[in-house]
Amino acid sequence: MLVRLIEFFGVIIVKPVEGVGRALLLLGSVLKNIFKPPFDIRNIFGQMLEIGVNSLPVVLITAIFTGMVLALQSFTGFKRFGAEGLVGSVVALSMTRELGPVLSALIVTGRAGAAMAAELGTMRVTEQIDALETLATNPVKYLVVPRFLSGTIMLPALAVVTDIVGIIGGYLVTVVWLGASSKAYMRATWDFLKTDDIYSGLIKSCFFGAAFTLISCYKGFYAKGGAEGVGQATTGAVVFSSMTILISDYFLSAWLFK
Amino acid sequence: MIELKGIHKSFEEKAVLRGVDLKVEKGESVVVIGGSGSGKSVLLKHIIGLLKPEEGTVTIDSTDISRLDEDGLNELRKKTGMLFQSAALFDSMNVWENVGFGLKRHTSMTDREIKEIAVQKLKLVGLTGVEGLMPSELSGGMKKRVGLARAIAMEPDILLYDEPTTGLDPIMADAINDLIIKMREKLHVTSVAITHDMRSAYKIADTIAMLYNGVIIARGTTDEIKNTSDPVVRQFIEGRSTGPIIIEGIER
Ligand SMILES: Nc1ncnc2c1ncn2[C@@H]1O[C@H](COP(=O)(O)OP(=O)(O)O)[C@@H](O)[C@H]1O
Ligand SMILES: [Mg+2]
Repeated sequence: MLVRLIEFFGVIIVKPVEGVGRALLLLGSVLKNIFKPPFDIRNIFGQMLEIGVNSLPVVLITAIFTGMVLALQSFTGFKRFGAEGLVGSVVALSMTRELGPVLSALIVTGRAGAAMAAELGTMRVTEQIDALETLATNPVKYLVVPRFLSGTIMLPALAVVTDIVGIIGGYLVTVVWLGASSKAYMRATWDFLKTDDIYSGLIKSCFFGAAFTLISCYKGFYAKGGAEGVGQATTGAVVFSSMTILISDYFLSAWLFK
Repeated sequence: MIELKGIHKSFEEKAVLRGVDLKVEKGESVVVIGGSGSGKSVLLKHIIGLLKPEEGTVTIDSTDISRLDEDGLNELRKKTGMLFQSAALFDSMNVWENVGFGLKRHTSMTDREIKEIAVQKLKLVGLTGVEGLMPSELSGGMKKRVGLARAIAMEPDILLYDEPTTGLDPIMADAINDLIIKMREKLHVTSVAITHDMRSAYKIADTIAMLYNGVIIARGTTDEIKNTSDPVVRQFIEGRSTGPIIIEGIER
Protein backbone atom coordinates (compact mmCIF):
# COMPACT_ATOMS: atom_id res chain seq x y z
CA MET A 1 0.00 0.00 0.00
CA LEU A 2 2.69 2.47 1.06
CA VAL A 3 4.84 1.41 -1.87
CA ARG A 4 1.93 1.91 -4.22
CA LEU A 5 1.36 5.38 -2.84
CA ILE A 6 5.01 6.29 -3.23
CA GLU A 7 5.00 4.95 -6.77
CA PHE A 8 1.86 6.92 -7.50
CA PHE A 9 3.48 10.16 -6.36
CA GLY A 10 6.64 9.20 -8.17
CA VAL A 11 4.74 8.98 -11.44
CA ILE A 12 2.93 12.24 -10.75
CA ILE A 13 6.23 14.00 -10.16
CA VAL A 14 8.36 12.33 -12.82
CA LYS A 15 5.92 12.56 -15.73
CA PRO A 16 5.66 16.36 -15.93
CA VAL A 17 9.33 16.83 -15.12
CA GLU A 18 10.29 14.40 -17.85
CA GLY A 19 7.95 16.23 -20.23
CA VAL A 20 9.50 19.59 -19.40
CA GLY A 21 12.96 18.10 -19.86
CA ARG A 22 12.15 16.70 -23.26
CA ALA A 23 10.44 19.92 -24.34
CA LEU A 24 13.60 21.83 -23.35
CA LEU A 25 15.69 19.39 -25.39
CA LEU A 26 13.41 20.11 -28.33
CA LEU A 27 13.90 23.84 -27.72
CA GLY A 28 17.67 23.30 -27.75
CA SER A 29 17.42 21.47 -31.03
CA VAL A 30 15.19 24.23 -32.46
CA LEU A 31 17.66 26.95 -31.46
CA LYS A 32 20.54 24.95 -32.91
CA ASN A 33 18.74 24.59 -36.23
CA ILE A 34 17.33 28.11 -36.59
CA PHE A 35 20.61 29.60 -37.80
CA LYS A 36 21.72 26.63 -39.84
CA PRO A 37 21.23 26.97 -43.60
CA PRO A 38 19.33 26.18 -45.76
CA PHE A 39 16.55 28.51 -44.66
CA ASP A 40 13.07 27.40 -45.59
CA ILE A 41 11.70 30.82 -46.45
CA ARG A 42 8.65 29.46 -48.27
CA ASN A 43 7.83 27.13 -45.43
CA ILE A 44 8.17 29.94 -42.88
CA PHE A 45 5.92 32.25 -44.90
CA GLY A 46 3.34 29.50 -45.20
CA GLN A 47 3.30 29.12 -41.44
CA MET A 48 3.15 32.88 -40.89
CA LEU A 49 0.14 32.98 -43.14
CA GLU A 50 -1.47 30.13 -41.25
CA ILE A 51 -0.76 31.51 -37.79
CA GLY A 52 -1.17 35.21 -38.45
CA VAL A 53 -3.45 35.91 -41.35
CA ASN A 54 -5.85 33.01 -40.92
CA SER A 55 -6.33 33.83 -37.23
CA LEU A 56 -7.20 37.42 -38.03
CA PRO A 57 -11.01 37.14 -38.24
CA VAL A 58 -11.37 35.49 -34.81
CA VAL A 59 -8.83 37.83 -33.28
CA LEU A 60 -10.63 40.89 -34.68
CA ILE A 61 -14.01 39.83 -33.36
CA THR A 62 -12.62 38.97 -29.94
CA ALA A 63 -10.68 42.22 -29.75
CA ILE A 64 -13.55 44.52 -30.64
CA PHE A 65 -15.97 42.90 -28.22
CA THR A 66 -13.39 42.84 -25.45
CA GLY A 67 -12.76 46.55 -25.91
CA MET A 68 -16.50 47.17 -25.97
CA VAL A 69 -17.31 45.24 -22.81
CA LEU A 70 -14.33 46.74 -21.02
CA ALA A 71 -15.57 50.25 -21.83
CA LEU A 72 -19.15 49.43 -20.90
CA GLN A 73 -18.20 47.88 -17.57
CA SER A 74 -15.76 50.57 -16.54
CA PHE A 75 -18.07 53.36 -17.69
CA THR A 76 -21.01 52.19 -15.58
CA GLY A 77 -18.70 51.39 -12.66
CA PHE A 78 -16.67 54.61 -12.76
CA LYS A 79 -19.85 56.69 -13.10
CA ARG A 80 -20.57 55.90 -9.43
CA PHE A 81 -17.68 58.10 -8.39
CA GLY A 82 -17.66 60.42 -11.33
CA ALA A 83 -14.58 59.04 -13.06
CA GLU A 84 -16.10 58.32 -16.50
CA GLY A 85 -13.31 60.36 -18.00
CA LEU A 86 -10.83 57.57 -17.23
CA VAL A 87 -12.53 54.91 -19.36
CA GLY A 88 -10.23 55.57 -22.29
CA SER A 89 -7.17 55.06 -20.06
CA VAL A 90 -8.52 51.85 -18.60
CA VAL A 91 -9.24 50.39 -22.01
CA ALA A 92 -5.89 51.45 -23.46
CA LEU A 93 -3.84 50.21 -20.53
CA SER A 94 -5.68 46.90 -20.12
CA MET A 95 -5.54 46.15 -23.81
CA THR A 96 -1.87 46.93 -24.40
CA ARG A 97 -0.47 45.56 -21.16
CA GLU A 98 -2.66 42.56 -20.62
CA LEU A 99 -5.58 41.64 -22.80
CA GLY A 100 -4.07 42.21 -26.22
CA PRO A 101 -1.15 39.81 -25.71
CA VAL A 102 -3.01 37.22 -23.62
CA LEU A 103 -6.25 37.02 -25.58
CA SER A 104 -4.56 36.85 -28.96
CA ALA A 105 -2.21 34.16 -27.62
CA LEU A 106 -5.07 32.07 -26.23
CA ILE A 107 -7.06 32.31 -29.46
CA VAL A 108 -4.12 31.43 -31.66
CA THR A 109 -3.30 28.50 -29.36
CA GLY A 110 -6.82 27.15 -29.78
CA ARG A 111 -6.60 27.43 -33.53
CA ALA A 112 -3.03 27.10 -34.71
CA GLY A 113 -1.61 25.27 -31.70
CA ALA A 114 -4.23 22.55 -31.95
CA ALA A 115 -3.67 22.30 -35.69
CA MET A 116 0.10 21.97 -35.21
CA ALA A 117 -0.21 19.21 -32.64
CA ALA A 118 -2.70 17.34 -34.82
CA GLU A 119 -0.63 17.70 -37.97
CA LEU A 120 2.69 16.72 -36.42
CA GLY A 121 0.99 13.98 -34.39
CA THR A 122 -0.51 12.48 -37.53
CA MET A 123 2.83 12.70 -39.27
CA ARG A 124 4.45 10.90 -36.33
CA VAL A 125 1.98 8.01 -36.08
CA THR A 126 1.87 7.50 -39.85
CA GLU A 127 5.71 7.40 -39.98
CA GLN A 128 5.93 10.56 -42.09
CA ILE A 129 8.42 12.00 -39.61
CA ASP A 130 10.54 8.85 -39.95
CA ALA A 131 10.23 9.22 -43.71
CA LEU A 132 11.59 12.77 -43.49
CA GLU A 133 14.62 11.45 -41.65
CA THR A 134 15.23 8.72 -44.20
CA LEU A 135 15.18 11.46 -46.85
CA ALA A 136 18.08 13.09 -44.98
CA THR A 137 15.89 15.89 -43.66
CA ASN A 138 16.04 16.95 -40.03
CA PRO A 139 12.38 16.94 -38.93
CA VAL A 140 12.98 19.55 -36.22
CA LYS A 141 14.43 21.92 -38.76
CA TYR A 142 11.82 21.14 -41.38
CA LEU A 143 8.70 21.05 -39.19
CA VAL A 144 9.31 22.72 -35.85
CA VAL A 145 11.62 25.63 -36.69
CA PRO A 146 9.25 27.34 -39.18
CA ARG A 147 6.32 27.02 -36.75
CA PHE A 148 8.36 28.30 -33.84
CA LEU A 149 9.66 31.30 -35.81
CA SER A 150 6.27 32.22 -37.24
CA GLY A 151 4.62 31.99 -33.82
CA THR A 152 7.24 34.20 -32.24
CA ILE A 153 6.98 36.75 -35.04
CA MET A 154 3.25 36.72 -35.66
CA LEU A 155 1.91 36.87 -32.11
CA PRO A 156 3.26 40.37 -31.40
CA ALA A 157 1.77 41.48 -34.72
CA LEU A 158 -1.60 40.04 -33.75
CA ALA A 159 -1.31 41.63 -30.31
CA VAL A 160 -0.85 45.07 -31.91
CA VAL A 161 -3.96 44.48 -34.00
CA THR A 162 -5.84 43.38 -30.88
CA ASP A 163 -4.68 46.47 -28.98
CA ILE A 164 -5.83 48.85 -31.71
CA VAL A 165 -9.12 47.13 -32.43
CA GLY A 166 -9.88 46.86 -28.70
CA ILE A 167 -9.31 50.59 -28.28
CA ILE A 168 -11.59 51.24 -31.25
CA GLY A 169 -14.23 49.01 -29.61
CA GLY A 170 -13.92 51.03 -26.41
CA TYR A 171 -14.31 54.24 -28.40
CA LEU A 172 -17.43 52.96 -30.12
CA VAL A 173 -19.15 52.13 -26.84
CA THR A 174 -18.01 55.18 -24.86
CA VAL A 175 -18.39 57.81 -27.54
CA VAL A 176 -20.90 56.52 -30.05
CA TRP A 177 -23.14 54.50 -27.74
CA LEU A 178 -22.85 56.21 -24.35
CA GLY A 179 -22.34 59.68 -25.76
CA ALA A 180 -19.11 60.73 -24.01
CA SER A 181 -16.91 63.30 -25.69
CA SER A 182 -14.66 61.96 -28.41
CA LYS A 183 -11.86 64.38 -27.55
CA ALA A 184 -11.87 63.40 -23.88
CA TYR A 185 -11.74 59.69 -24.75
CA MET A 186 -8.79 60.14 -27.07
CA ARG A 187 -6.97 62.25 -24.52
CA ALA A 188 -7.56 59.68 -21.79
CA THR A 189 -6.22 57.03 -24.14
CA TRP A 190 -2.99 58.83 -24.94
CA ASP A 191 -2.32 60.62 -21.67
CA PHE A 192 -1.53 57.59 -19.57
CA LEU A 193 -0.25 55.25 -22.24
CA LYS A 194 3.54 54.94 -22.34
CA THR A 195 5.56 53.24 -25.03
CA ASP A 196 6.80 50.92 -22.29
CA ASP A 197 3.27 49.58 -21.90
CA ILE A 198 3.23 48.64 -25.55
CA TYR A 199 6.75 47.21 -25.59
CA SER A 200 6.27 45.08 -22.53
CA GLY A 201 3.02 43.77 -24.00
CA LEU A 202 4.90 42.82 -27.15
CA ILE A 203 7.67 41.11 -25.19
CA LYS A 204 5.02 39.00 -23.54
CA SER A 205 3.56 38.20 -26.96
CA CYS A 206 6.91 37.01 -28.27
CA PHE A 207 7.27 34.74 -25.29
CA PHE A 208 3.73 33.38 -25.65
CA GLY A 209 4.33 32.75 -29.35
CA ALA A 210 7.51 30.82 -28.64
CA ALA A 211 5.86 28.90 -25.80
CA PHE A 212 2.69 27.76 -27.53
CA THR A 213 4.43 26.71 -30.74
CA LEU A 214 7.09 24.81 -28.81
CA ILE A 215 4.53 23.04 -26.61
CA SER A 216 2.18 22.23 -29.48
CA CYS A 217 4.98 20.94 -31.69
CA TYR A 218 6.40 18.95 -28.79
CA LYS A 219 3.03 17.29 -28.14
CA GLY A 220 2.59 16.41 -31.79
CA PHE A 221 6.19 15.38 -32.35
CA TYR A 222 6.09 12.80 -29.57
CA ALA A 223 2.52 11.58 -30.15
CA LYS A 224 2.09 7.80 -29.90
CA GLY A 225 -0.48 5.20 -30.71
CA GLY A 226 -2.71 6.08 -33.60
CA ALA A 227 -5.72 8.37 -33.81
CA GLU A 228 -6.29 8.34 -30.07
CA GLY A 229 -2.72 9.47 -29.44
CA VAL A 230 -3.15 12.33 -31.90
CA GLY A 231 -6.33 13.38 -30.11
CA GLN A 232 -4.55 13.36 -26.76
CA ALA A 233 -1.65 15.32 -28.21
CA THR A 234 -4.03 17.97 -29.53
CA THR A 235 -5.92 18.34 -26.25
CA GLY A 236 -2.66 18.35 -24.31
CA ALA A 237 -1.20 21.01 -26.59
CA VAL A 238 -4.10 23.39 -26.00
CA VAL A 239 -4.33 22.74 -22.24
CA PHE A 240 -0.60 23.03 -21.54
CA SER A 241 -0.09 26.00 -23.85
CA SER A 242 -2.99 27.91 -22.31
CA MET A 243 -1.79 27.16 -18.80
CA THR A 244 1.76 28.18 -19.66
CA ILE A 245 0.50 31.42 -21.18
CA LEU A 246 -1.62 32.33 -18.16
CA ILE A 247 0.95 31.36 -15.54
CA SER A 248 3.91 32.92 -17.29
CA ASP A 249 1.81 36.04 -17.88
CA TYR A 250 1.79 36.68 -14.16
CA PHE A 251 5.52 36.29 -13.75
CA LEU A 252 6.35 38.24 -16.90
CA SER A 253 4.08 41.05 -15.73
CA ALA A 254 5.65 41.07 -12.30
CA TRP A 255 9.05 41.31 -13.93
CA LEU A 256 8.25 43.78 -16.71
CA PHE A 257 6.04 46.19 -14.74
CA LYS A 258 7.90 46.36 -11.46
CA MET B 1 27.82 -4.02 -47.54
CA ILE B 2 25.66 -3.94 -44.45
CA GLU B 3 26.65 -5.64 -41.24
CA LEU B 4 24.69 -5.78 -38.00
CA LYS B 5 26.59 -7.14 -35.02
CA GLY B 6 25.02 -8.05 -31.70
CA ILE B 7 22.18 -5.56 -31.90
CA HIS B 8 20.19 -5.24 -28.68
CA LYS B 9 17.12 -3.03 -28.46
CA SER B 10 14.35 -2.85 -25.92
CA PHE B 11 11.38 -0.60 -25.32
CA GLU B 12 10.51 0.00 -21.67
CA GLU B 13 11.78 -3.30 -20.26
CA LYS B 14 10.58 -5.22 -23.30
CA ALA B 15 13.57 -6.70 -25.11
CA VAL B 16 12.73 -6.74 -28.80
CA LEU B 17 16.13 -7.45 -30.31
CA ARG B 18 18.57 -9.54 -28.27
CA GLY B 19 21.72 -9.78 -30.25
CA VAL B 20 20.90 -9.69 -33.95
CA ASP B 21 23.72 -10.54 -36.35
CA LEU B 22 23.09 -10.06 -40.04
CA LYS B 23 25.40 -9.54 -42.97
CA VAL B 24 24.27 -8.38 -46.39
CA GLU B 25 26.76 -8.40 -49.25
CA LYS B 26 26.87 -5.75 -51.93
CA GLY B 27 24.15 -6.37 -54.51
CA GLU B 28 22.57 -9.10 -52.42
CA SER B 29 18.84 -9.26 -51.72
CA VAL B 30 18.11 -10.44 -48.21
CA VAL B 31 14.63 -11.06 -46.89
CA VAL B 32 14.06 -11.17 -43.14
CA ILE B 33 11.01 -13.16 -42.17
CA GLY B 34 9.35 -13.29 -38.78
CA GLY B 35 6.00 -13.07 -37.04
CA SER B 36 4.05 -9.90 -36.43
CA GLY B 37 5.57 -7.95 -33.57
CA SER B 38 8.82 -9.94 -33.68
CA GLY B 39 10.81 -6.75 -34.25
CA LYS B 40 11.30 -6.77 -38.01
CA SER B 41 10.51 -3.08 -38.43
CA VAL B 42 12.71 -2.27 -35.45
CA LEU B 43 15.54 -4.18 -37.12
CA LEU B 44 15.10 -2.33 -40.40
CA LYS B 45 15.01 1.06 -38.69
CA HIS B 46 18.43 0.36 -37.19
CA ILE B 47 19.97 0.04 -40.65
CA ILE B 48 19.03 3.61 -41.54
CA GLY B 49 19.73 5.04 -38.09
CA LEU B 50 16.11 5.82 -37.17
CA LEU B 51 16.70 3.78 -34.03
CA LYS B 52 19.92 3.45 -32.10
CA PRO B 53 20.94 0.12 -30.61
CA GLU B 54 21.60 -0.17 -26.89
CA GLU B 55 24.36 -2.60 -27.69
CA GLY B 56 25.99 -3.69 -30.91
CA THR B 57 27.01 -1.95 -34.10
CA VAL B 58 25.62 -1.25 -37.53
CA THR B 59 28.33 -1.00 -40.15
CA ILE B 60 27.66 0.18 -43.66
CA ASP B 61 30.48 0.07 -46.20
CA SER B 62 32.90 -0.25 -43.29
CA THR B 63 31.62 2.83 -41.39
CA ASP B 64 30.11 2.32 -37.97
CA ILE B 65 27.02 4.52 -38.30
CA SER B 66 26.88 5.31 -34.58
CA ARG B 67 30.12 7.26 -35.09
CA LEU B 68 28.60 9.49 -37.75
CA ASP B 69 27.43 13.02 -36.91
CA GLU B 70 24.16 14.34 -38.31
CA ASP B 71 25.69 15.41 -41.61
CA GLY B 72 27.49 12.12 -42.04
CA LEU B 73 24.33 10.18 -41.33
CA ASN B 74 22.44 12.32 -43.83
CA GLU B 75 25.04 11.61 -46.52
CA LEU B 76 24.46 7.91 -45.86
CA ARG B 77 20.70 8.35 -45.98
CA LYS B 78 20.89 10.03 -49.36
CA LYS B 79 22.34 6.75 -50.62
CA THR B 80 19.63 4.68 -48.93
CA GLY B 81 15.97 4.45 -49.88
CA MET B 82 13.28 3.13 -47.59
CA LEU B 83 9.78 1.98 -48.44
CA PHE B 84 7.56 2.13 -45.37
CA GLN B 85 4.87 -0.40 -44.58
CA SER B 86 2.16 2.26 -44.87
CA ALA B 87 4.12 4.09 -47.61
CA ALA B 88 4.31 7.16 -45.26
CA LEU B 89 3.68 9.59 -48.11
CA PHE B 90 3.58 13.25 -47.06
CA ASP B 91 -0.12 13.98 -47.18
CA SER B 92 0.35 17.72 -47.56
CA MET B 93 2.13 17.22 -50.89
CA ASN B 94 1.01 15.82 -54.22
CA VAL B 95 2.55 12.74 -55.79
CA TRP B 96 5.40 14.34 -57.74
CA GLU B 97 6.36 16.57 -54.81
CA ASN B 98 6.53 13.44 -52.66
CA VAL B 99 8.71 11.64 -55.16
CA GLY B 100 10.91 14.69 -55.69
CA PHE B 101 11.23 15.61 -52.00
CA GLY B 102 14.83 14.44 -51.64
CA LEU B 103 15.87 16.15 -54.88
CA LYS B 104 14.22 19.38 -53.80
CA ARG B 105 16.03 19.31 -50.47
CA HIS B 106 19.43 18.16 -51.58
CA THR B 107 20.01 19.34 -55.12
CA SER B 108 19.73 22.70 -56.82
CA MET B 109 17.39 21.38 -59.52
CA THR B 110 14.45 23.50 -60.58
CA ASP B 111 10.90 22.34 -59.91
CA ARG B 112 10.55 21.53 -63.58
CA GLU B 113 13.56 19.23 -63.60
CA ILE B 114 12.42 17.61 -60.39
CA LYS B 115 8.98 16.97 -61.78
CA GLU B 116 10.50 15.46 -64.90
CA ILE B 117 12.56 13.01 -62.83
CA ALA B 118 9.57 12.25 -60.62
CA VAL B 119 7.46 11.40 -63.66
CA GLN B 120 10.24 9.17 -64.96
CA LYS B 121 10.56 7.31 -61.62
CA LEU B 122 6.81 6.94 -61.44
CA LYS B 123 6.88 5.38 -64.87
CA LEU B 124 9.52 2.96 -63.66
CA VAL B 125 7.10 1.73 -60.98
CA GLY B 126 4.29 1.51 -63.51
CA LEU B 127 2.39 4.71 -62.76
CA THR B 128 1.51 7.35 -65.32
CA GLY B 129 -0.70 10.40 -65.10
CA VAL B 130 -0.87 10.42 -61.29
CA GLU B 131 1.80 13.02 -60.58
CA GLY B 132 -0.73 15.74 -59.75
CA LEU B 133 -2.88 13.64 -57.40
CA MET B 134 -2.80 13.87 -53.61
CA PRO B 135 -1.87 10.74 -51.59
CA SER B 136 -5.42 10.54 -50.21
CA GLU B 137 -6.67 9.94 -53.76
CA LEU B 138 -4.53 6.83 -54.25
CA SER B 139 -5.27 3.16 -53.58
CA GLY B 140 -3.05 1.14 -51.24
CA GLY B 141 -1.09 -0.42 -54.08
CA MET B 142 -0.57 2.92 -55.77
CA LYS B 143 0.66 4.46 -52.51
CA LYS B 144 3.28 1.72 -52.19
CA ARG B 145 4.42 2.35 -55.74
CA VAL B 146 4.68 6.08 -55.11
CA GLY B 147 6.59 5.29 -51.90
CA LEU B 148 8.93 3.12 -53.95
CA ALA B 149 9.35 5.85 -56.55
CA ARG B 150 10.26 8.25 -53.74
CA ALA B 151 12.74 5.74 -52.32
CA ILE B 152 14.56 5.38 -55.65
CA ALA B 153 14.42 9.06 -56.68
CA MET B 154 17.92 9.80 -55.39
CA GLU B 155 19.31 6.64 -57.03
CA PRO B 156 20.29 4.88 -53.82
CA ASP B 157 22.76 2.04 -53.38
CA ILE B 158 20.67 0.42 -50.66
CA LEU B 159 16.92 -0.16 -50.60
CA LEU B 160 15.00 -1.16 -47.50
CA TYR B 161 11.48 -2.53 -47.80
CA ASP B 162 9.14 -2.80 -44.82
CA GLU B 163 6.48 -5.38 -45.68
CA PRO B 164 6.18 -4.29 -49.30
CA THR B 165 3.30 -6.65 -50.12
CA THR B 166 1.29 -6.70 -46.89
CA GLY B 167 -2.28 -5.55 -47.30
CA LEU B 168 -2.30 -5.83 -51.08
CA ASP B 169 -4.34 -8.22 -53.18
CA PRO B 170 -2.30 -11.16 -54.56
CA ILE B 171 -1.96 -9.72 -58.04
CA MET B 172 -0.86 -6.31 -56.81
CA ALA B 173 1.49 -8.04 -54.36
CA ASP B 174 3.07 -9.95 -57.23
CA ALA B 175 3.39 -6.77 -59.25
CA ILE B 176 5.30 -5.20 -56.33
CA ASN B 177 7.51 -8.30 -56.14
CA ASP B 178 8.31 -7.88 -59.82
CA LEU B 179 9.14 -4.25 -59.21
CA ILE B 180 11.54 -5.16 -56.41
CA ILE B 181 13.30 -7.61 -58.70
CA LYS B 182 13.39 -5.00 -61.44
CA MET B 183 14.93 -2.46 -59.06
CA ARG B 184 17.73 -4.84 -58.28
CA GLU B 185 18.37 -5.74 -61.89
CA LYS B 186 18.17 -2.19 -63.20
CA LEU B 187 19.68 -0.22 -60.34
CA HIS B 188 22.02 -2.89 -58.90
CA VAL B 189 20.99 -2.07 -55.36
CA THR B 190 21.68 -3.97 -52.18
CA SER B 191 18.34 -4.66 -50.58
CA VAL B 192 16.85 -5.77 -47.31
CA ALA B 193 13.16 -6.58 -47.24
CA ILE B 194 11.16 -7.72 -44.26
CA THR B 195 7.97 -9.64 -44.69
CA HIS B 196 5.83 -12.46 -43.40
CA ASP B 197 4.57 -13.17 -46.90
CA MET B 198 6.45 -16.35 -47.89
CA ARG B 199 5.45 -16.20 -51.57
CA SER B 200 7.03 -12.78 -51.75
CA ALA B 201 10.10 -13.90 -49.79
CA TYR B 202 10.76 -16.84 -52.12
CA LYS B 203 10.36 -14.65 -55.14
CA ILE B 204 12.58 -11.69 -54.24
CA ALA B 205 15.24 -13.18 -51.97
CA ASP B 206 18.74 -14.42 -52.66
CA THR B 207 19.00 -15.12 -48.96
CA ILE B 208 16.33 -15.54 -46.30
CA ALA B 209 16.92 -14.97 -42.60
CA MET B 210 14.41 -15.63 -39.86
CA LEU B 211 14.03 -13.36 -36.84
CA TYR B 212 12.61 -15.12 -33.81
CA ASN B 213 12.81 -14.24 -30.12
CA GLY B 214 15.01 -11.27 -30.88
CA VAL B 215 17.72 -13.16 -32.76
CA ILE B 216 18.34 -14.45 -36.28
CA ILE B 217 17.73 -18.16 -35.81
CA ALA B 218 18.30 -19.28 -39.38
CA ARG B 219 19.85 -17.95 -42.51
CA GLY B 220 20.28 -19.55 -45.91
CA THR B 221 19.53 -19.42 -49.59
CA THR B 222 15.90 -19.63 -50.59
CA ASP B 223 16.27 -23.36 -51.30
CA GLU B 224 18.06 -24.03 -48.04
CA ILE B 225 15.27 -22.34 -46.12
CA LYS B 226 12.58 -24.16 -48.10
CA ASN B 227 14.16 -27.49 -47.17
CA THR B 228 15.23 -26.64 -43.62
CA SER B 229 14.66 -29.11 -40.84
CA ASP B 230 14.55 -26.41 -38.13
CA PRO B 231 11.10 -26.91 -36.55
CA VAL B 232 10.55 -23.20 -35.83
CA VAL B 233 11.37 -22.15 -39.39
CA ARG B 234 9.33 -25.03 -40.81
CA GLN B 235 6.30 -24.02 -38.78
CA PHE B 236 6.61 -20.43 -39.93
CA ILE B 237 7.12 -21.05 -43.64
CA GLU B 238 4.34 -23.59 -43.70
CA GLY B 239 2.11 -21.22 -41.79
CA ARG B 240 0.92 -23.70 -39.14
CA SER B 241 -0.60 -22.51 -35.87
CA THR B 242 0.69 -25.59 -34.03
CA GLY B 243 4.36 -26.13 -33.35
CA PRO B 244 7.20 -24.82 -31.24
CA ILE B 245 6.50 -21.10 -31.86
CA ILE B 246 4.91 -19.43 -28.87
CA ILE B 247 2.18 -17.05 -29.95
CA GLU B 248 1.47 -14.35 -27.43
CA GLY B 249 -2.08 -14.39 -26.14
CA ILE B 250 -2.95 -17.81 -27.55
CA GLU B 251 -3.03 -20.75 -25.17
CA ARG B 252 -2.82 -24.32 -26.28
N1 LIG C 1 8.88 3.25 -30.89
C1 LIG C 1 8.48 2.20 -30.15
N2 LIG C 1 8.15 2.37 -28.85
C2 LIG C 1 7.77 1.34 -28.08
N3 LIG C 1 7.65 0.08 -28.52
C3 LIG C 1 7.95 -0.17 -29.81
C4 LIG C 1 8.37 0.87 -30.69
N4 LIG C 1 8.61 0.34 -31.91
C5 LIG C 1 8.34 -0.98 -31.80
N5 LIG C 1 7.94 -1.30 -30.56
C6 LIG C 1 7.60 -2.65 -30.06
O1 LIG C 1 8.53 -3.54 -30.58
C7 LIG C 1 7.91 -4.74 -30.97
C8 LIG C 1 8.29 -5.09 -32.38
O2 LIG C 1 7.72 -4.17 -33.26
P1 LIG C 1 7.92 -4.22 -34.83
O3 LIG C 1 9.36 -4.21 -35.16
O4 LIG C 1 7.09 -3.12 -35.39
O5 LIG C 1 7.28 -5.62 -35.24
P2 LIG C 1 7.11 -6.25 -36.69
O6 LIG C 1 7.97 -7.45 -36.70
O7 LIG C 1 5.67 -6.59 -36.82
O8 LIG C 1 7.54 -5.21 -37.67
C9 LIG C 1 6.42 -4.56 -30.77
O9 LIG C 1 6.06 -5.23 -29.61
C10 LIG C 1 6.25 -3.07 -30.59
O10 LIG C 1 5.23 -2.82 -29.68
MG1 LIG D 1 6.45 -3.97 -38.95
